[in-house]
Amino acid sequence: MIVAGCDVGSVMTKVVIMNGESLSHHIIETGFKPDIAAKNATDKALAKAALSFDDVKYCISTGDGGKNVSFANKYLSQLQCLSKGAYWLIPSVKTVVDAGGNATRAISVGKDGRVLSYRLNDKCAAGGGRFFEVLADALELKLDELGPLSQRSKNPLEIASQCTVFAESEVISLINEGKDPVDIIAGINRSITSRMASLIRDLGVRKDVVLVGGVAKNSGAVQSLEGYLGVSIKTVPTDPQIVGALGAALFAMDALKK
Amino acid sequence: MIVAGCDVGSLTAEAVILDDNEIMSSEIIRVRPRPEQSAKDAMDKALANAGLSLEDIAYCVSTGYGRTKIPFANGNLSEISCHGKGAHWLIPSVRTVIDIGGQDCKAIKVDKNGKLLKFVMNDKCAAGTGRFLEVMAKTLEVELGEIGPLSLSSQNPVVITNMCSIYAQIEVSFYIAQGADLHDVAAGINIAMAGRMKGLVAKVGVEEEVVITGGVAKNIGVVKHLEEMLNVSTKKLEVDPQIVGALGAALFARENSHQNGGD
Repeated sequence: MIVAGCDVGSVMTKVVIMNGESLSHHIIETGFKPDIAAKNATDKALAKAALSFDDVKYCISTGDGGKNVSFANKYLSQLQCLSKGAYWLIPSVKTVVDAGGNATRAISVGKDGRVLSYRLNDKCAAGGGRFFEVLADALELKLDELGPLSQRSKNPLEIASQCTVFAESEVISLINEGKDPVDIIAGINRSITSRMASLIRDLGVRKDVVLVGGVAKNSGAVQSLEGYLGVSIKTVPTDPQIVGALGAALFAMDALKK
Repeated sequence: MIVAGCDVGSLTAEAVILDDNEIMSSEIIRVRPRPEQSAKDAMDKALANAGLSLEDIAYCVSTGYGRTKIPFANGNLSEISCHGKGAHWLIPSVRTVIDIGGQDCKAIKVDKNGKLLKFVMNDKCAAGTGRFLEVMAKTLEVELGEIGPLSLSSQNPVVITNMCSIYAQIEVSFYIAQGADLHDVAAGINIAMAGRMKGLVAKVGVEEEVVITGGVAKNIGVVKHLEEMLNVSTKKLEVDPQIVGALGAALFARENSHQNGGD
Protein backbone atom coordinates (compact mmCIF):
# COMPACT_ATOMS: atom_id res chain seq x y z
CA MET A 1 0.00 0.00 0.00
CA ILE A 2 1.67 3.20 -1.18
CA VAL A 3 0.55 6.62 -0.01
CA ALA A 4 1.88 10.19 -0.12
CA GLY A 5 1.85 13.10 2.31
CA CYS A 6 2.52 16.47 0.82
CA ASP A 7 3.29 19.48 3.04
CA VAL A 8 3.43 22.67 0.99
CA GLY A 9 4.94 25.29 3.27
CA SER A 10 5.42 28.93 2.41
CA VAL A 11 9.15 28.38 1.97
CA MET A 12 9.73 24.62 1.54
CA THR A 13 7.63 21.79 0.14
CA LYS A 14 8.09 18.44 1.82
CA VAL A 15 6.82 15.09 0.52
CA VAL A 16 6.84 11.72 2.28
CA ILE A 17 6.07 8.49 0.44
CA MET A 18 5.07 5.52 2.62
CA ASN A 19 5.30 2.05 1.24
CA GLY A 20 4.11 -0.04 4.16
CA GLU A 21 6.57 0.85 6.91
CA SER A 22 9.30 2.15 4.63
CA LEU A 23 9.65 5.83 3.94
CA SER A 24 11.24 8.06 1.38
CA HIS A 25 11.07 11.80 1.32
CA HIS A 26 12.10 14.85 -0.64
CA ILE A 27 12.27 18.58 0.17
CA ILE A 28 12.34 21.41 -2.37
CA GLU A 29 11.73 25.14 -2.31
CA THR A 30 8.08 26.02 -2.83
CA GLY A 31 8.76 29.04 -5.03
CA PHE A 32 5.73 30.71 -6.52
CA LYS A 33 3.91 27.69 -7.97
CA PRO A 34 2.89 25.45 -5.07
CA ASP A 35 1.16 22.86 -7.27
CA ILE A 36 4.25 22.38 -9.42
CA ALA A 37 6.53 22.26 -6.37
CA ALA A 38 4.29 19.57 -4.87
CA LYS A 39 4.36 17.49 -8.05
CA ASN A 40 8.14 17.81 -8.42
CA ALA A 41 8.82 16.90 -4.80
CA THR A 42 6.45 13.93 -5.06
CA ASP A 43 8.16 12.66 -8.22
CA LYS A 44 11.59 12.96 -6.59
CA ALA A 45 10.48 11.17 -3.42
CA LEU A 46 8.91 8.40 -5.54
CA ALA A 47 12.08 8.06 -7.61
CA LYS A 48 14.10 7.50 -4.42
CA ALA A 49 11.82 4.55 -3.62
CA ALA A 50 11.90 3.34 -7.25
CA LEU A 51 8.17 4.00 -7.54
CA SER A 52 6.07 5.97 -10.00
CA PHE A 53 3.20 8.42 -9.60
CA ASP A 54 0.58 5.81 -10.56
CA ASP A 55 1.62 3.66 -7.60
CA VAL A 56 0.29 6.24 -5.13
CA LYS A 57 -3.10 5.05 -3.90
CA TYR A 58 -3.96 8.01 -1.70
CA CYS A 59 -2.44 11.43 -1.12
CA ILE A 60 -3.13 13.96 1.63
CA SER A 61 -1.87 17.51 1.40
CA THR A 62 -1.25 20.00 4.18
CA GLY A 63 0.50 23.33 4.73
CA ASP A 64 -0.11 26.94 3.65
CA GLY A 65 -0.16 25.97 -0.03
CA GLY A 66 -1.61 22.50 0.54
CA LYS A 67 -5.04 23.42 -0.82
CA ASN A 68 -3.45 24.08 -4.22
CA VAL A 69 -2.28 20.49 -4.67
CA SER A 70 -4.52 19.30 -7.48
CA PHE A 71 -3.56 15.61 -7.23
CA ALA A 72 -4.29 15.30 -3.48
CA ASN A 73 -7.34 13.34 -2.40
CA LYS A 74 -7.81 15.39 0.71
CA TYR A 75 -6.41 18.36 2.64
CA LEU A 76 -5.77 18.35 6.40
CA SER A 77 -4.50 21.08 8.70
CA GLN A 78 -0.83 21.35 9.59
CA LEU A 79 -1.66 21.07 13.28
CA GLN A 80 -3.27 17.65 12.81
CA CYS A 81 -0.47 16.40 10.58
CA LEU A 82 2.36 17.67 12.80
CA SER A 83 0.79 16.12 15.86
CA LYS A 84 0.22 12.80 14.08
CA GLY A 85 3.73 12.66 12.63
CA ALA A 86 5.49 13.57 15.88
CA TYR A 87 3.44 11.02 17.83
CA TRP A 88 4.35 8.26 15.36
CA LEU A 89 8.05 9.10 15.67
CA ILE A 90 8.10 9.71 19.45
CA PRO A 91 5.02 8.17 21.15
CA SER A 92 5.87 9.83 24.49
CA VAL A 93 5.36 13.31 22.98
CA LYS A 94 3.00 15.67 24.80
CA THR A 95 4.09 18.99 23.26
CA VAL A 96 5.12 19.53 19.65
CA VAL A 97 6.84 22.77 18.71
CA ASP A 98 7.04 23.46 14.99
CA ALA A 99 9.30 26.33 14.03
CA GLY A 100 9.02 26.66 10.30
CA GLY A 101 9.61 29.32 7.71
CA ASN A 102 6.50 31.39 8.19
CA ALA A 103 4.97 30.40 11.50
CA THR A 104 5.72 28.96 14.90
CA ARG A 105 3.25 26.51 16.37
CA ALA A 106 3.08 24.88 19.77
CA ILE A 107 0.69 21.93 19.98
CA SER A 108 -0.48 20.03 23.00
CA VAL A 109 -0.75 16.36 21.96
CA GLY A 110 -3.34 14.00 23.41
CA LYS A 111 -4.25 10.35 23.04
CA ASP A 112 -3.24 8.72 19.73
CA GLY A 113 -1.53 11.91 18.62
CA ARG A 114 -4.64 14.05 18.56
CA VAL A 115 -4.47 17.83 18.87
CA LEU A 116 -5.69 19.01 22.29
CA SER A 117 -4.89 22.71 21.99
CA TYR A 118 -2.36 24.92 20.28
CA ARG A 119 -0.77 28.37 20.07
CA LEU A 120 0.22 29.94 16.79
CA ASN A 121 2.34 32.90 15.77
CA ASP A 122 2.06 33.60 12.09
CA LYS A 123 1.71 37.37 12.46
CA CYS A 124 5.27 38.41 13.22
CA ALA A 125 8.51 36.95 11.91
CA ALA A 126 10.25 37.45 15.26
CA GLY A 127 10.50 34.09 16.98
CA GLY A 128 10.19 32.17 13.73
CA GLY A 129 12.43 30.43 11.25
CA ARG A 130 12.35 33.28 8.79
CA PHE A 131 14.29 35.39 11.32
CA PHE A 132 17.19 32.91 11.10
CA GLU A 133 17.19 33.07 7.31
CA VAL A 134 17.30 36.85 7.24
CA LEU A 135 20.10 36.96 9.79
CA ALA A 136 22.09 34.13 8.22
CA ASP A 137 21.98 36.15 4.99
CA ALA A 138 23.20 39.25 6.86
CA LEU A 139 26.13 37.20 8.24
CA GLU A 140 26.70 35.48 4.89
CA LEU A 141 26.34 32.06 6.47
CA LYS A 142 24.31 28.98 5.67
CA LEU A 143 21.41 28.17 8.00
CA ASP A 144 22.93 24.93 9.26
CA GLU A 145 26.17 26.70 10.21
CA LEU A 146 24.43 28.82 12.85
CA GLY A 147 24.03 26.04 15.44
CA PRO A 148 27.60 24.75 15.75
CA LEU A 149 29.05 28.28 15.58
CA SER A 150 26.79 29.61 18.33
CA GLN A 151 27.82 26.85 20.72
CA ARG A 152 31.37 28.20 20.71
CA SER A 153 30.23 31.55 22.10
CA LYS A 154 31.29 32.54 25.61
CA ASN A 155 29.54 35.93 25.63
CA PRO A 156 26.29 35.91 23.68
CA LEU A 157 25.36 39.44 22.67
CA GLU A 158 21.95 40.85 23.36
CA ILE A 159 19.89 41.67 20.27
CA ALA A 160 17.62 44.48 21.48
CA SER A 161 15.30 44.71 18.46
CA GLN A 162 12.32 42.42 18.36
CA CYS A 163 11.37 43.22 14.78
CA THR A 164 13.29 41.10 12.27
CA VAL A 165 13.82 44.07 9.96
CA PHE A 166 15.31 46.16 12.78
CA ALA A 167 17.29 43.20 14.15
CA GLU A 168 18.91 42.76 10.73
CA SER A 169 20.20 46.35 10.91
CA GLU A 170 21.32 45.76 14.48
CA VAL A 171 23.27 42.67 13.44
CA ILE A 172 24.92 44.59 10.60
CA SER A 173 25.93 47.32 13.09
CA LEU A 174 27.37 44.68 15.42
CA ILE A 175 29.38 43.19 12.55
CA ASN A 176 30.65 46.68 11.64
CA GLU A 177 31.64 47.29 15.25
CA GLY A 178 33.87 44.24 14.95
CA LYS A 179 31.94 42.00 17.32
CA ASP A 180 32.67 38.27 17.15
CA PRO A 181 30.16 36.67 14.73
CA VAL A 182 30.00 33.66 17.06
CA ASP A 183 28.64 35.88 19.86
CA ILE A 184 26.22 37.56 17.43
CA ILE A 185 24.82 34.19 16.34
CA ALA A 186 24.46 33.04 19.94
CA GLY A 187 22.58 36.29 20.62
CA ILE A 188 20.28 35.62 17.66
CA ASN A 189 19.55 32.10 18.93
CA ARG A 190 18.65 33.48 22.35
CA SER A 191 16.51 36.25 20.92
CA ILE A 192 14.47 33.88 18.77
CA THR A 193 14.12 31.08 21.28
CA SER A 194 13.08 33.42 24.10
CA ARG A 195 10.08 34.42 21.98
CA MET A 196 9.37 30.80 21.08
CA ALA A 197 9.52 29.95 24.79
CA SER A 198 6.81 32.55 25.58
CA LEU A 199 4.50 30.94 23.04
CA ILE A 200 5.13 27.45 24.46
CA ARG A 201 4.71 28.58 28.09
CA ASP A 202 1.40 30.17 27.15
CA LEU A 203 0.24 26.74 25.93
CA GLY A 204 1.80 24.90 28.87
CA VAL A 205 4.99 22.86 28.83
CA ARG A 206 4.25 19.12 29.07
CA LYS A 207 7.00 16.58 28.64
CA ASP A 208 8.12 15.19 26.31
CA VAL A 209 8.67 18.31 24.26
CA VAL A 210 9.57 17.61 20.64
CA LEU A 211 10.93 20.32 18.36
CA VAL A 212 10.32 19.96 14.63
CA GLY A 213 10.63 22.22 11.58
CA GLY A 214 13.77 23.75 10.13
CA VAL A 215 14.81 25.43 13.40
CA ALA A 216 15.28 21.99 14.98
CA LYS A 217 18.38 21.63 12.78
CA ASN A 218 20.00 24.49 14.69
CA SER A 219 21.59 22.78 17.69
CA GLY A 220 22.34 26.14 19.32
CA ALA A 221 18.68 27.14 19.18
CA VAL A 222 17.61 23.78 20.63
CA GLN A 223 20.03 24.20 23.54
CA SER A 224 18.95 27.78 24.14
CA LEU A 225 15.24 26.82 24.09
CA GLU A 226 15.96 24.05 26.61
CA GLY A 227 17.49 26.71 28.87
CA TYR A 228 14.43 28.95 28.66
CA LEU A 229 11.90 26.13 29.20
CA GLY A 230 13.92 24.24 31.80
CA VAL A 231 13.22 20.88 30.15
CA SER A 232 15.21 18.76 27.75
CA ILE A 233 13.92 18.80 24.21
CA LYS A 234 13.72 15.79 21.94
CA THR A 235 14.40 15.96 18.26
CA VAL A 236 13.08 13.41 15.81
CA PRO A 237 15.20 10.58 14.35
CA THR A 238 14.56 11.83 10.82
CA ASP A 239 14.68 15.18 9.05
CA PRO A 240 12.66 17.51 11.37
CA GLN A 241 11.21 19.33 8.38
CA ILE A 242 9.22 16.32 7.13
CA VAL A 243 7.09 15.68 10.24
CA GLY A 244 4.01 17.42 8.82
CA ALA A 245 4.30 15.53 5.53
CA LEU A 246 4.80 12.29 7.46
CA GLY A 247 1.64 12.96 9.44
CA ALA A 248 -0.25 13.56 6.19
CA ALA A 249 1.05 10.23 4.82
CA LEU A 250 -0.02 8.46 8.02
CA PHE A 251 -3.53 9.92 7.67
CA ALA A 252 -3.51 8.75 4.04
CA MET A 253 -2.62 5.25 5.23
CA ASP A 254 -5.48 5.36 7.76
CA ALA A 255 -7.88 6.47 5.03
CA LEU A 256 -6.98 3.45 2.88
CA LYS A 257 -7.33 1.02 5.79
CA LYS A 258 -10.91 2.12 6.45
CA MET B 1 20.23 85.89 16.95
CA ILE B 2 21.05 82.73 15.02
CA VAL B 3 20.19 79.33 16.47
CA ALA B 4 20.20 75.78 15.15
CA GLY B 5 18.40 72.48 15.48
CA CYS B 6 19.87 69.12 14.60
CA ASP B 7 17.80 65.93 14.21
CA VAL B 8 19.82 62.71 13.95
CA GLY B 9 17.50 59.90 12.96
CA SER B 10 18.12 56.28 12.11
CA LEU B 11 18.29 56.80 8.35
CA THR B 12 18.74 60.55 7.80
CA ALA B 13 20.02 63.54 9.74
CA GLU B 14 18.75 67.08 9.35
CA ALA B 15 19.99 70.50 10.45
CA VAL B 16 18.01 73.74 10.42
CA ILE B 17 19.47 77.22 10.99
CA LEU B 18 17.04 79.83 12.22
CA ASP B 19 17.30 83.58 12.20
CA ASP B 20 14.96 85.69 14.33
CA ASN B 21 11.92 84.59 12.45
CA GLU B 22 12.88 82.68 9.37
CA ILE B 23 14.64 79.53 8.25
CA MET B 24 18.03 80.61 6.92
CA SER B 25 19.02 77.19 5.66
CA SER B 26 18.42 73.50 6.11
CA GLU B 27 20.12 70.28 5.09
CA ILE B 28 19.17 66.60 4.93
CA ILE B 29 21.82 63.90 4.69
CA ARG B 30 21.89 60.12 4.78
CA VAL B 31 23.28 59.08 8.19
CA ARG B 32 26.93 58.12 8.67
CA PRO B 33 27.88 55.20 10.93
CA ARG B 34 28.19 57.45 14.01
CA PRO B 35 25.60 60.02 15.11
CA GLU B 36 28.23 62.70 15.83
CA GLN B 37 29.54 62.40 12.25
CA SER B 38 26.01 62.63 10.88
CA ALA B 39 25.25 65.70 12.98
CA LYS B 40 28.49 67.42 11.99
CA ASP B 41 27.98 66.71 8.28
CA ALA B 42 24.41 67.97 8.29
CA MET B 43 25.32 71.05 10.33
CA ASP B 44 28.42 71.90 8.27
CA LYS B 45 26.39 71.75 5.07
CA ALA B 46 23.56 73.84 6.51
CA LEU B 47 26.09 76.40 7.77
CA ALA B 48 27.82 76.52 4.38
CA ASN B 49 24.44 77.06 2.65
CA ALA B 50 23.92 80.13 4.85
CA GLY B 51 27.54 81.33 4.64
CA LEU B 52 27.98 80.86 8.40
CA SER B 53 30.31 78.99 10.72
CA LEU B 54 29.59 77.10 13.94
CA GLU B 55 30.71 80.08 16.06
CA ASP B 56 27.79 82.09 14.68
CA ILE B 57 25.29 79.73 16.33
CA ALA B 58 24.15 81.13 19.68
CA TYR B 59 22.42 77.96 20.80
CA CYS B 60 21.84 74.50 19.32
CA VAL B 61 19.34 71.85 20.38
CA SER B 62 19.64 68.27 19.17
CA THR B 63 16.87 65.72 18.80
CA GLY B 64 16.27 62.29 17.33
CA TYR B 65 17.67 58.91 18.14
CA GLY B 66 21.29 60.12 18.23
CA ARG B 67 20.55 63.34 20.10
CA THR B 68 22.64 62.69 23.23
CA LYS B 69 25.83 62.17 21.26
CA ILE B 70 26.12 65.56 19.52
CA PRO B 71 29.16 67.44 20.93
CA PHE B 72 28.16 70.89 19.65
CA ALA B 73 24.57 70.77 20.99
CA ASN B 74 23.78 72.88 24.07
CA GLY B 75 20.85 70.69 24.98
CA ASN B 76 18.63 67.94 23.65
CA LEU B 77 14.91 67.20 23.52
CA SER B 78 12.75 64.29 22.37
CA GLU B 79 11.71 64.25 18.74
CA ILE B 80 8.08 64.12 19.85
CA SER B 81 8.26 67.59 21.39
CA CYS B 82 10.27 68.86 18.43
CA HIS B 83 7.88 67.57 15.76
CA GLY B 84 4.93 69.12 17.61
CA LYS B 85 6.78 72.41 17.98
CA GLY B 86 7.98 72.57 14.39
CA ALA B 87 4.62 71.64 12.87
CA HIS B 88 2.80 74.18 15.05
CA TRP B 89 5.20 76.97 14.02
CA LEU B 90 4.59 76.19 10.35
CA ILE B 91 0.83 75.74 10.70
CA PRO B 92 -0.48 77.27 13.96
CA SER B 93 -3.91 75.62 13.55
CA VAL B 94 -2.37 72.12 13.69
CA ARG B 95 -3.65 69.79 16.43
CA THR B 96 -2.55 66.36 15.15
CA VAL B 97 0.95 65.66 13.85
CA ILE B 98 1.62 62.32 12.19
CA ASP B 99 5.34 61.72 11.88
CA ILE B 100 6.41 58.76 9.76
CA GLY B 101 10.16 58.37 9.89
CA GLY B 102 12.64 55.80 8.73
CA GLN B 103 12.44 53.55 11.75
CA ASP B 104 9.46 54.69 13.80
CA CYS B 105 6.10 56.41 13.52
CA LYS B 106 4.23 58.64 15.91
CA ALA B 107 0.87 60.31 16.29
CA ILE B 108 1.15 63.51 18.33
CA LYS B 109 -1.58 65.78 19.70
CA VAL B 110 -0.73 69.40 20.47
CA ASP B 111 -2.74 72.27 21.95
CA LYS B 112 -3.27 75.71 20.41
CA ASN B 113 0.16 76.80 21.67
CA GLY B 114 1.92 73.79 20.13
CA LYS B 115 2.40 72.18 23.51
CA LEU B 116 2.47 68.38 23.58
CA LEU B 117 -0.78 66.88 24.92
CA LYS B 118 -0.34 63.19 24.18
CA PHE B 119 1.30 60.84 21.74
CA VAL B 120 1.60 57.22 20.70
CA MET B 121 4.64 55.79 19.06
CA ASN B 122 5.68 52.59 17.32
CA ASP B 123 9.39 51.97 17.29
CA LYS B 124 9.22 48.22 17.86
CA CYS B 125 7.94 47.00 14.53
CA ALA B 126 8.96 48.04 11.02
CA ALA B 127 5.36 47.93 9.77
CA GLY B 128 4.13 51.49 9.33
CA THR B 129 7.61 52.99 9.11
CA GLY B 130 9.84 54.08 6.27
CA ARG B 131 11.70 50.80 6.60
CA PHE B 132 8.61 48.94 5.41
CA LEU B 133 8.62 51.05 2.24
CA GLU B 134 12.37 50.52 1.79
CA VAL B 135 11.97 46.75 2.01
CA MET B 136 9.14 46.95 -0.53
CA ALA B 137 11.01 49.26 -2.92
CA LYS B 138 13.84 46.74 -2.97
CA THR B 139 11.38 43.92 -3.65
CA LEU B 140 9.76 45.86 -6.50
CA GLU B 141 13.19 46.95 -7.76
CA VAL B 142 12.16 50.60 -7.85
CA GLU B 143 13.47 53.68 -6.08
CA LEU B 144 11.86 54.52 -2.73
CA GLY B 145 10.49 57.76 -4.18
CA GLU B 146 8.73 55.96 -7.03
CA ILE B 147 6.27 53.96 -4.92
CA GLY B 148 4.00 56.98 -4.38
CA PRO B 149 3.66 58.12 -8.00
CA LEU B 150 3.44 54.52 -9.27
CA SER B 151 0.46 53.80 -7.05
CA LEU B 152 -1.65 56.72 -8.27
CA SER B 153 -2.73 55.11 -11.53
CA SER B 154 -3.76 51.83 -9.91
CA GLN B 155 -7.30 50.64 -10.60
CA ASN B 156 -7.22 47.43 -8.55
CA PRO B 157 -4.82 47.64 -5.63
CA VAL B 158 -3.64 44.24 -4.37
CA VAL B 159 -4.55 43.37 -0.78
CA ILE B 160 -1.60 42.81 1.53
CA THR B 161 -2.84 40.72 4.44
CA ASN B 162 0.39 40.43 6.43
CA MET B 163 1.33 43.21 8.79
CA CYS B 164 4.86 41.89 9.39
CA SER B 165 7.27 43.46 6.86
CA ILE B 166 9.07 40.15 6.39
CA TYR B 167 5.89 38.24 5.61
CA ALA B 168 4.45 41.11 3.56
CA GLN B 169 7.61 41.03 1.46
CA ILE B 170 6.96 37.36 0.65
CA GLU B 171 3.38 38.26 -0.20
CA VAL B 172 4.49 41.05 -2.53
CA SER B 173 7.01 38.74 -4.23
CA PHE B 174 4.16 36.30 -4.76
CA TYR B 175 1.99 38.99 -6.40
CA ILE B 176 4.85 39.98 -8.70
CA ALA B 177 5.51 36.34 -9.63
CA GLN B 178 1.83 35.94 -10.48
CA GLY B 179 2.14 38.86 -12.88
CA ALA B 180 0.26 41.48 -10.85
CA ASP B 181 0.45 45.01 -12.23
CA LEU B 182 3.27 47.02 -10.63
CA HIS B 183 0.93 49.97 -10.05
CA ASP B 184 -1.54 47.76 -8.20
CA VAL B 185 1.21 46.28 -6.01
CA ALA B 186 2.56 49.76 -5.20
CA ALA B 187 -0.96 50.90 -4.28
CA GLY B 188 -1.41 47.84 -2.06
CA ILE B 189 1.83 48.70 -0.27
CA ASN B 190 0.73 52.29 0.33
CA ILE B 191 -2.67 51.17 1.58
CA ALA B 192 -0.98 48.78 4.01
CA MET B 193 1.22 51.62 5.29
CA ALA B 194 -1.74 53.98 5.66
CA GLY B 195 -3.80 51.31 7.41
CA ARG B 196 -1.12 50.77 10.00
CA MET B 197 -0.88 54.55 10.62
CA LYS B 198 -4.65 54.84 10.88
CA GLY B 199 -4.61 52.46 13.84
CA LEU B 200 -1.92 54.49 15.56
CA VAL B 201 -3.63 57.84 14.94
CA ALA B 202 -6.95 56.47 16.24
CA LYS B 203 -5.29 55.95 19.64
CA VAL B 204 -4.74 59.69 20.12
CA GLY B 205 -7.87 60.74 18.22
CA VAL B 206 -7.91 62.77 15.01
CA GLU B 207 -8.38 66.49 15.41
CA GLU B 208 -7.92 68.96 12.57
CA GLU B 209 -5.73 70.40 11.33
CA VAL B 210 -3.69 67.30 10.57
CA VAL B 211 -0.11 67.49 9.32
CA ILE B 212 2.11 64.64 8.15
CA THR B 213 5.85 65.01 8.74
CA GLY B 214 8.87 62.79 8.17
CA GLY B 215 10.19 61.20 5.00
CA VAL B 216 7.07 59.14 4.28
CA ALA B 217 5.05 62.40 3.97
CA LYS B 218 6.75 62.61 0.56
CA ASN B 219 4.91 59.48 -0.58
CA ILE B 220 1.82 60.92 -2.24
CA GLY B 221 0.09 57.52 -2.25
CA VAL B 222 0.39 56.98 1.52
CA VAL B 223 -0.83 60.55 2.14
CA LYS B 224 -3.83 60.08 -0.16
CA HIS B 225 -4.92 56.79 1.41
CA LEU B 226 -4.37 58.02 4.95
CA GLU B 227 -6.50 61.09 4.22
CA GLU B 228 -9.27 58.84 2.90
CA MET B 229 -9.07 56.50 5.89
CA LEU B 230 -9.09 59.32 8.45
CA ASN B 231 -11.62 61.31 6.45
CA VAL B 232 -9.58 64.51 6.66
CA SER B 233 -7.49 66.49 4.25
CA THR B 234 -4.04 67.08 5.63
CA LYS B 235 -2.29 70.44 5.50
CA LYS B 236 0.66 70.61 3.13
CA LEU B 237 3.88 72.04 4.50
CA GLU B 238 5.85 74.75 2.76
CA VAL B 239 9.10 73.14 3.81
CA ASP B 240 10.50 69.66 3.34
CA PRO B 241 8.52 67.44 5.76
CA GLN B 242 11.74 65.77 6.86
CA ILE B 243 13.13 68.92 8.51
CA VAL B 244 10.21 69.51 10.90
CA GLY B 245 11.95 67.82 13.85
CA ALA B 246 15.15 69.83 13.36
CA LEU B 247 13.06 72.97 12.93
CA GLY B 248 11.30 72.29 16.23
CA ALA B 249 14.68 71.77 17.89
CA ALA B 250 15.86 75.13 16.50
CA LEU B 251 12.71 76.82 17.85
CA PHE B 252 13.41 75.35 21.30
CA ALA B 253 17.02 76.55 20.92
CA ARG B 254 15.74 80.09 20.39
CA GLU B 255 13.54 79.91 23.51
CA ASN B 256 16.37 78.49 25.59
CA SER B 257 18.88 81.08 24.43
CA HIS B 258 16.43 83.83 25.42
CA GLN B 259 16.02 82.27 28.86
CA ASN B 260 19.79 82.02 29.19
CA GLY B 261 20.21 85.72 28.51
CA GLY B 262 20.81 85.34 24.79
CA ASP B 263 24.57 85.06 25.03
